[in-house]
Amino acid sequence: MLHIENLTASIGDKQILKGLDLDVGEGEVHAIMGPNGSGKSTLAHALAGRDGYEIGGVATLDGADLLSMEPEERAAAGMFLGFQYPVEIPGVNNMYFLRTALNSVRKARGDKEIGARDFLAVAKKAMALVEMKEDFLNRSVNAGFSGGEKKRNEVLQMAVLEPRLAVLDETDSGLDIDALRVIASGVNSLRSPERSVIMITHYQRLLDYIKPDFVHVLVDGRIVTSGDHTLALHLEHHGYADFVNHDLDTMSDRPLSGTAP
Amino acid sequence: MSETLREIEELVDAGYEYGFSTELDTDIAPPGLSEDTVRLISAKKNEPEWLLEWRLKAYAAWTAMEEPDWAKLEITPVDYQAISYWAAPKSKPVLDSMDDVDPDIRDMFDKLGIPLHEQKMLSNVAVDAIVDSVSVTTTFKETLFEAGVIFCSFSEAVQDHPDLVREHLGSVVPVRDNFFAALNSAVFSDGSFCYIPKGVRCPMELSTYFRINSQNTGQFERTLIIAEDDSHVSYLEGCTAPQRDENQLHAAVVELIAKDRAEIKYSTVQNWYPGDENGVGGIYNFVTKRGRAHTDAKISWTQVETGSAITWKYPSVILQGDRSVGEFYSVALSAKRQQADTGTKMIHIGADTTSSIISKGISTGHGQNTYRGLVKVLRSAENARNYTQCDSLLLGPDCGAHTIPYIEAKNPTAQIEHEASTSTVGEDQLYYCRQRGMSEEDAMSMIVNGFCREVFNELPMEFAVEAQRLLSVSLEGSVG
Repeated sequence: MLHIENLTASIGDKQILKGLDLDVGEGEVHAIMGPNGSGKSTLAHALAGRDGYEIGGVATLDGADLLSMEPEERAAAGMFLGFQYPVEIPGVNNMYFLRTALNSVRKARGDKEIGARDFLAVAKKAMALVEMKEDFLNRSVNAGFSGGEKKRNEVLQMAVLEPRLAVLDETDSGLDIDALRVIASGVNSLRSPERSVIMITHYQRLLDYIKPDFVHVLVDGRIVTSGDHTLALHLEHHGYADFVNHDLDTMSDRPLSGTAP
Repeated sequence: MSETLREIEELVDAGYEYGFSTELDTDIAPPGLSEDTVRLISAKKNEPEWLLEWRLKAYAAWTAMEEPDWAKLEITPVDYQAISYWAAPKSKPVLDSMDDVDPDIRDMFDKLGIPLHEQKMLSNVAVDAIVDSVSVTTTFKETLFEAGVIFCSFSEAVQDHPDLVREHLGSVVPVRDNFFAALNSAVFSDGSFCYIPKGVRCPMELSTYFRINSQNTGQFERTLIIAEDDSHVSYLEGCTAPQRDENQLHAAVVELIAKDRAEIKYSTVQNWYPGDENGVGGIYNFVTKRGRAHTDAKISWTQVETGSAITWKYPSVILQGDRSVGEFYSVALSAKRQQADTGTKMIHIGADTTSSIISKGISTGHGQNTYRGLVKVLRSAENARNYTQCDSLLLGPDCGAHTIPYIEAKNPTAQIEHEASTSTVGEDQLYYCRQRGMSEEDAMSMIVNGFCREVFNELPMEFAVEAQRLLSVSLEGSVG
């Protein structure tokens, strides 16, 4: 479903992604792990279409060329990014924001817009997934939200927008264990054979709750090794040291490297 | 960054959708202003002698006055002798029913989205429609009459309720108050009059809709609202004008009188033609608005100013009675080459008086937006309180936002708070909305509307929607 080939991204003279390859099949959940500054968030924003990057290579979603699209076209094509730092929009009602987003996407796909009443039903269902109270809809988008509420709001938006591909950028960071459990159960219930998920994370603990089909290690702008969820356990114990400052051709004797898809 | 800015500028480069003009057979006086002009206007309107005297006194005062130049505005000098001071649609009829309105005028208002047809009328809003300074029709008169409310054109009020007019006219804004108020007092042609009797809660929103149609005319209307003890009224004015290359002068005066425990809520959605992106044409909106609040009374001004080449306007409240309350909520947008110098004056005279000021300025293109406000606490005003919040939003590198608050407190018990902020629409906000599927235009308009939320919340429902739409149009270039 998602095909990435030799993806590069730089800001000014600084190259961050240095030829990244990744294939994500339908219904798969992939985790991308890596040390700070390895390019994890850049990958997320390159896929979502943030301004300011010089991008090269190929990225297609269901065969469509993502890289040539505006961010809103990518959203309509089914690309969703759960932000590491969700943005506050004071004075804009959360419900209005959600409905406008959903209707924008529906319109772009040629579907009928959804009315306020029907939307409320959609929103309520989605809110139950992340255990949100109703007054939440009447607050301004992310303004004055706690860290946990912001992350839950991201998953709520994902539930409403029903994307083909969800990239969750450190959705677990800054969460206590209860909030993590809620968010993980929300994401798990959104797993489906038609939906793929890429989880970007520093820590293994998220993967205890959302079990990935594949784990990739991103170091210095490239995926240096891939494996199943046991790779994450290895990282938990040994850190990224094994993968940093080594050439790719020395990777073959690293643990678990043989299981890459 | 720069790319987004360019896009914003393109968005702002919007068409003005009310720029059409209507071919009306118009009775128009030759340009020029003299005592004779004042006499002509008064005679055309068949006014009583006292009112002519009042106008002449104002004219005499005006000739001795200078245009104010303290505002942060660059104004091409106005040639007061080149303006025509009287223009009226010729077929001005005496109307028994709305169906008698000149079809051309009705079409014009239909185009503006203000239906005067009874069956198509805005629900629960009575409209006084004013074209080129003359009231052409007032809707829902009978319903209002049953409640004891008088809502009519100013000219009718002069004929039918002369005592009420004479007692209150100029009691809040005296003829010598300022240059433009004096000019208005001399040559005002029409406007709206509204009287709410004791204890009456006006059963519907009252609204005046102003339209400048003729060329080279000034518009000088006069609004007088009197709310007797324990009464309540909500009032709205809207304004548009055709797109013309020359500047047109609009110098109105609005006086509000809220007697004991009365409440007046006055809302304005001002969308006069703003001129083009080079600053050619557009309305000069030089308006004096002031209310007097008696004991336990409340006056609330809400304004959404998106139009006019230049706005010079300070809706004010004289908090005369003890415990009276004054409020000012404002959104002012300056795009293209628009300049706005606007704000309020809160004059605390009575004890325990409170005022609050929420001002939201949006500047884009080469727009210049200035908040200028005065909070004055007189010696008599024990325990007066004021809260002021001024927020400015800058969209682009060539616009400006300025905040000039004046505070004068002569009573040591006064509590005065002032908060101000300046911000821009963040790239990250736009990106976030676009990632969720919204177009850049929709995102921009949503974010700017969010910035104005506190003010829009004060508008009556229908007009909040209208204001939101107007703002989007001014920002987006989409024609509704």
